[in-house]
Amino acid sequence: MALNKNIEHLLEKYENGETSLIEEQQLKNYFSQETVAPHLEMYKPMFQYFLVNHQEQFTKDIPLNTKRKFNFKWLSVAAVAVLMLSVYFNKAEEITAKDKLDYNNAKAALALVSKHLNKATSQVSYLDAINKAGTQVDYLKEINNPMGRIFKK
Amino acid sequence: MTQSEFINIVTPFKDKVFRLAKRLLVSTEEAEDATQEVLIKLWNKNNDFKKYRNIEAFAMTMTKNFCFDKLKSKQAQNLKIVHSNYQDHNVALQKQVELNDSIGWVGKIMEQLPEQQKMVIQLRDIEQYDFKEIAKMLDMNETAVRVALSRARKTIREQLTKTHNYGVK
Repeated sequence: MALNKNIEHLLEKYENGETSLIEEQQLKNYFSQETVAPHLEMYKPMFQYFLVNHQEQFTKDIPLNTKRKFNFKWLSVAAVAVLMLSVYFNKAEEITAKDKLDYNNAKAALALVSKHLNKATSQVSYLDAINKAGTQVDYLKEINNPMGRIFKK
Repeated sequence: MTQSEFINIVTPFKDKVFRLAKRLLVSTEEAEDATQEVLIKLWNKNNDFKKYRNIEAFAMTMTKNFCFDKLKSKQAQNLKIVHSNYQDHNVALQKQVELNDSIGWVGKIMEQLPEQQKMVIQLRDIEQYDFKEIAKMLDMNETAVRVALSRARKTIREQLTKTHNYGVK
């Protein structure tokens, strides 16, 4: 009976939401017995429902996709690398005095070559006369016409 | 974090997530879908994982919000689907049938409680969280949790007394 008194007291506290987890466990234990005090019978399904429900489990598996998200950190690293390389290779070379000298030498040499080349071309200009003569002999084609007619027959 | 690490973290509370989802959505299938959804969301948050001090509480809050969204969209569709997870009661003993029956009653009574009370009683009486945790999960203060819990418990007891007496008298 002392136990029943205790349980009744706990139930009152329980309904006011004042019981601790340990006290609630006591109530659950009490109501999971075969026999309980008849006037408390209606609490039995309640606590048993809680106990039964606690055992329900999630049985489906979790479909986790392992596909890794693209990491943009590495993209920036790659971009920086490309930038550095391009800067390294495209570095403007400095023009030294020696370079200038070489350039002037080359220019002078090329000027010489072109001068001689021009002189040579002017010397071969008389070849124009041949072209003129060629056009003058064009009338020879006219001979072909009658000749063609003759050979056809 | 690898998959197996994630599973290890999630395993202790995935059943709790499922049970909370089931409490709110009633249907087992929907609760399973909701649980999967919540866990996948957690997995996708992967990198921020360490930011949350209490992953379990965070998961429970996510579940709550997810289920509320589900319920809301169902209401918006103006569709009422009644779920009643049919089961095969194949128990020989009369006593056990009676017991299952009255346990079923408790379930039905709980279905009729307001959402907040459902959650509070689920988290307290079934999952045995302390008030502080529940308050954090549901974004309420502790007093409000106690009040909701007390109301839910009283309602269940009253309804049970009614059906109990109905059976006897």
